[in-house]
Amino acid sequence: MKKILSALTAVLVAAFSLTACAGGGESSSAASSAAPSSEASSEAAPASSASSEEAKLTGSVNISGSSALQPLVQAAAEQLKAKNPDLAMTVNAGGSGTGLQNVADKTVDIGNSDVFAEEKLDASKASALVDHQVCVVGVAAVANPGTGVTNVKKQQLIDIFTGKIKNWKEVGGKDQAIVIVNRPKSSGTRALFKQFALDGQEEKVGKALTEDNSGTLKQTVAQTPGAIAYLAFSYLNDDTVTALSLDDVKPAYDNIYSGKYPIWGYEHMYTNGEATGTAKAVIDYIKGDDFSSTVTQMGYGLISKMTVKREAPKAKS
Amino acid sequence: MSKIEKFRKEYLGRSFVTVMGLFIIFLTLAIGAFLFYKGVATFTVHGHSVGEFLFSADWAPADIGEGGTVGAAYFIVGSILISTLALVIATPFSVATALFMTEISPNLGKKLLQPAVEIFVGIPSVVYGWVGLTVLVPFIARVFSLPYGYSVLAGSIVLSVMIFPTITSVSADAIRNVPIEYTEASYGLGSTRWQLIRKIIFPAALPGILTGVVLGLARAFGEALAVAMVIGKTQAFPSGLLSPATNLTAAITADMGNTTEGSEWNDALWTMALLLLLISFLFIVLIRLAGKIGEDKR
Repeated sequence: MKKILSALTAVLVAAFSLTACAGGGESSSAASSAAPSSEASSEAAPASSASSEEAKLTGSVNISGSSALQPLVQAAAEQLKAKNPDLAMTVNAGGSGTGLQNVADKTVDIGNSDVFAEEKLDASKASALVDHQVCVVGVAAVANPGTGVTNVKKQQLIDIFTGKIKNWKEVGGKDQAIVIVNRPKSSGTRALFKQFALDGQEEKVGKALTEDNSGTLKQTVAQTPGAIAYLAFSYLNDDTVTALSLDDVKPAYDNIYSGKYPIWGYEHMYTNGEATGTAKAVIDYIKGDDFSSTVTQMGYGLISKMTVKREAPKAKS
Repeated sequence: MSKIEKFRKEYLGRSFVTVMGLFIIFLTLAIGAFLFYKGVATFTVHGHSVGEFLFSADWAPADIGEGGTVGAAYFIVGSILISTLALVIATPFSVATALFMTEISPNLGKKLLQPAVEIFVGIPSVVYGWVGLTVLVPFIARVFSLPYGYSVLAGSIVLSVMIFPTITSVSADAIRNVPIEYTEASYGLGSTRWQLIRKIIFPAALPGILTGVVLGLARAFGEALAVAMVIGKTQAFPSGLLSPATNLTAAITADMGNTTEGSEWNDALWTMALLLLLISFLFIVLIRLAGKIGEDKR
């Protein structure tokens, strides 16, 4: 009798904890799929687009992805939350791949990416996503200040990163060995640099140091004599590293706007299907005029000023 | 009434404990099964061979589609080299400290060394990495006049500091567990303290010390952050102690966020994770064996 009773209780407790788990799962999935309901509620409010300032945004928007874009979206989130107390926004970094994956799986409302979705996702998944290009980001080759070099030709840059040029004196600098510092192969900044600065040529493997994020990379370049690397313009806010001109063109947004400086890319905010409701309002706000001063202040470039355009690559299946 | 009372007093707690225990077992199995499921995709879905993964150094997995290469030898060699070296550095310190705090100066050991070792355990790995990055890496560069100090040596030193407390506390426990009769008998036969330690205590505690060493090795293998910060992560076989290297955990943390699920690249990272699990499993088997040898000896 006792044994039966204890077995019965064990089963009961197990069943209870299982349903509790399942319930937890449901509620969390409900939270992450809160977008449709929030869209509905914000659509019910007559003006949900960012054009009308009076309408208060409600509901929640979940965003994940690119760590390069994250600070800007975070800033937008703070400004929006100050204006719309009922708005819940979470902005996670985690990488462009994560952002694209999440938005394709509909676990977030917006996926941030440094690269076109076609470069990371299969055609079937990428075709469902809608690209919102919110700003541009420039990438500069940077060197340790002690190298004596402030300008390189494109071919020299390619030769440095492919390992043909090994000493700074070959490009007009000091007699000092060149130390290449890379971002990981999957990094969006690295992809941009490889595509537009190195004309797609693969960097030499086995010689370069690798730093996971731009912050530590900058510190490494600043500390290491003879170091060369590449950083987004948003990291070029002091003189601990020297930003190198490319073919006598300074790495600056004015030169990107006019099409003279080639190393730049779009920052993308992807939605699964057309953006609606609160998600659309957030994207419109980031693209809007009110936010443009924040965009330039934080080291990003404005899409509206671009005189050149780039198309998404063909999707691979 | 009494039945409810009895239920409350007796069976409720027992059921709770049972369910929790079963849940942990389930969780462990689930994690293992998941890692296995994700990890074998490199071989089953993407069609690479185990030999290629383990022994080839051609690492260029594809972001989308197929056709990349998944040779992880750089990472595997880096992991093995750095962890082993860390062990070589840490073990003498750990065993000596353990002997000192148990046999030579138990008083000082209890009051000072034991708490110090415990504090070591509590320091987050990012702090070790950061200190290594700002102090050790420039120091190595200056001492050996190198352009940078990112190296196998830096990684091993940081790791050795991290695994030191593990080996020390497990060894100290093993030494304390040596029966007091051994000590008494040894002194009774007129041995000196050092003879006692060298000929009696150390051999008797050896299986326990080995357990500590293997635990330290397992910890060293799985450590990601601190090592990744100081080894430079150059994708090549290190040419010496002072050359940079990379390892399994560094590769996983660097690329996991920027690759998409189901891609050849992402699955290759899962295979690395599976390999780490298998290695730690192997270590646990070794620990069990060491423990068994110890029991047989008694």
